[in-house]
Amino acid sequence: MGLGYLLKRLAIMVPVFFLVVTMVFFMIRFAPGGPFDGEKAVSPEILRNLNEKYHLNDPLLVQFGNYLKDLVRGDLGPSFKYANRTVNELIADSLPVSLELGVTALIWALLIGLVAGGLASMKPNTVWDYVPMSFSILGICLPTFVIGPLLVLVFGIWLEWLPVAGWDAPEDRILPSLTLGFAYAAFISRLTRGGLMEIRSQDFIRTARAKGLSEARILIVHSLRGGLLPVVSYLGPALAGIISGALVTETIFNIPGLGRFFIQSAVNRDYTVVMGTALLYFTLIFVCNFFVDIMYALLDPRVKYE
Amino acid sequence: MKPVLEVKDLVAHFYTRRGVVRAVDGVSFTIHEGETVGVVGESGSGKTVCQLSYLRLLPEPPLRILGGSALLEGGLDLLKASPNQLRSIRGNRVSMIFQEPMTSLNPYLTVGTQLCEPLQIHGLLSRKDAAIQATAALERVGIADASAALKRYPHEFSGGMRQRVMIAMALTTKPKLLIADEPTTALDVTVQAQILQLLRDLQKETGMAILFITHDLGVIASIAHRVVVMYAGRVMERGTVDEVFYQTQHPYTQALLRSTPRLDVDQGKLSSIPGSPPDLTRLGDGCPFYGRCAYQRDACVRVYPPLRLTPTQHAAYCHLEGLPR
Ligand SMILES: Nc1ncnc2c1ncn2[C@@H]1O[C@H](COP(=O)(O)OP(=O)(O)OP(=O)(O)O)[C@@H](O)[C@H]1O
Ligand SMILES: [Mg+2]
Repeated sequence: MGLGYLLKRLAIMVPVFFLVVTMVFFMIRFAPGGPFDGEKAVSPEILRNLNEKYHLNDPLLVQFGNYLKDLVRGDLGPSFKYANRTVNELIADSLPVSLELGVTALIWALLIGLVAGGLASMKPNTVWDYVPMSFSILGICLPTFVIGPLLVLVFGIWLEWLPVAGWDAPEDRILPSLTLGFAYAAFISRLTRGGLMEIRSQDFIRTARAKGLSEARILIVHSLRGGLLPVVSYLGPALAGIISGALVTETIFNIPGLGRFFIQSAVNRDYTVVMGTALLYFTLIFVCNFFVDIMYALLDPRVKYE
Repeated sequence: MKPVLEVKDLVAHFYTRRGVVRAVDGVSFTIHEGETVGVVGESGSGKTVCQLSYLRLLPEPPLRILGGSALLEGGLDLLKASPNQLRSIRGNRVSMIFQEPMTSLNPYLTVGTQLCEPLQIHGLLSRKDAAIQATAALERVGIADASAALKRYPHEFSGGMRQRVMIAMALTTKPKLLIADEPTTALDVTVQAQILQLLRDLQKETGMAILFITHDLGVIASIAHRVVVMYAGRVMERGTVDEVFYQTQHPYTQALLRSTPRLDVDQGKLSSIPGSPPDLTRLGDGCPFYGRCAYQRDACVRVYPPLRLTPTQHAAYCHLEGLPR
């Protein structure tokens, strides 16, 4: 995999990003209603002033041009709904929270998923396989808004081991990140089990045994790389899902993350916040997939990106 | 000559949902230092499973080894050996090359890593010395620019080259016994001839014994000293190449020979063996070749044929006394 390929991938991002900006901009503008419609108390006079202040009376193309100009400088504009706050500020406040939640959830997902899947693959069709795989069915089937309250009920209310909501103390992180990561842990455990079992049935593992290698060496040196490729390629979509799916978890546990802005702003027609969060999600997901692709190529020598 | 491996009455069955597959059912043979023994038989006759079972390379279950012994030089019975003993023997005193050159190397590891492994893990050489040895081994099997080849991955090599890598890997530890499972079947004819020549040369140099599995009688004639003819998981006939080819005792061997084109004798018309091998889950008490045999009689269905042994150890399992020619 050459540097040229990496640069090409990054270069492609520019037009795609522009396309996304354009689409989101015009879609939200063509949606009926505007940012100040809901506010009954506002007189026509003030409304006019507000529209004037935020340049909402300019022709749409001019507004788009101005938005792009600001965007190039990294300025996502002022929020229409949160007075005196810029979108940059809103993101700066809430993104770290969401990232922490997402990364912790991913760590749980990998930790639980790899261990459970690895065990299951070593002793297929035994308790070591059936128990974790039954749990993983649950994890995949139950939506976050069921798992979350369930965990709260058991660990927060009955056992009183962990706090039920909030985002201050370190132990506040445990239940939300578990809630968010559980479904991904479930899926990763299945991918791990399947991947490792698939590898272990390959001819080259028999070759490794015929060379007199120990089972440990066969697992670590000969099986892990190929066996975990399915997990690696799933990491891209998983991260995207975790990042954008954090919304429900953030709501259940009352966490000041990015998710609430994403929904509220769309409902409120808070144009700049919609744009800002959408572009942020797009960038995060793009970057994640970019790294996953690099990782994949590093792991599998047969993969060549041109 | 000292025997390197003596397999006696080996019985290994697969216990599957479909029933018990009697893949290896009372196989015996011996292989001595410096000699090449060919194992022939149609596809599915148990050639591969037989070798894999005593090397304990098949998952158990579904496989179950039900009896027999496989004695190495020195008296160790592979069927009773501990996992540690087995590991120290595999890839060290006994190496194996597999039927499938395209998939038998790990695609995620460089050729060098895989080539050095046997030397390293058997504690024979340090990593650095192993790399030197590996380069030499690759050169020996005719791979140009061996030190560059060590850094490459299997997918960068052709089938013939991969099989050479497999051979080099099997030979780095200077095994007493090399088990070559159809090492040339997947390759084209010129490459096949090169590899056979290579094995002959290596055998002359090192004095290793080679157990050569194939369904190509021509290959056997060119490389082997003795032959074991297998059918339906059993040995049908066993002897030197000359004995088996020119004083054939078993109708199955005769049928096999008649279905193989030969340059040295006029065979008349080539004929493939009529019918197909029996279902290994439903073998009766009699001869498994019954039904396809040109000389079948009543006893063949009911009674397993007796072993007929000449003073030179030429063996055949058949009710027939003297095969009509
Ligand atoms: N895992 C398994 N489970 C059940 N039956 C098996 C299994 N592996 C092999 N067999 C059966 O054992 C028999 C012997 O197979 P084997 O691979 O030894 O044949 P072979 O003589 O090597 O044939 P070929 O020339 O095609 O390589 C076949 O009938 C095959 O179907
Ligand atoms: Mg075979």
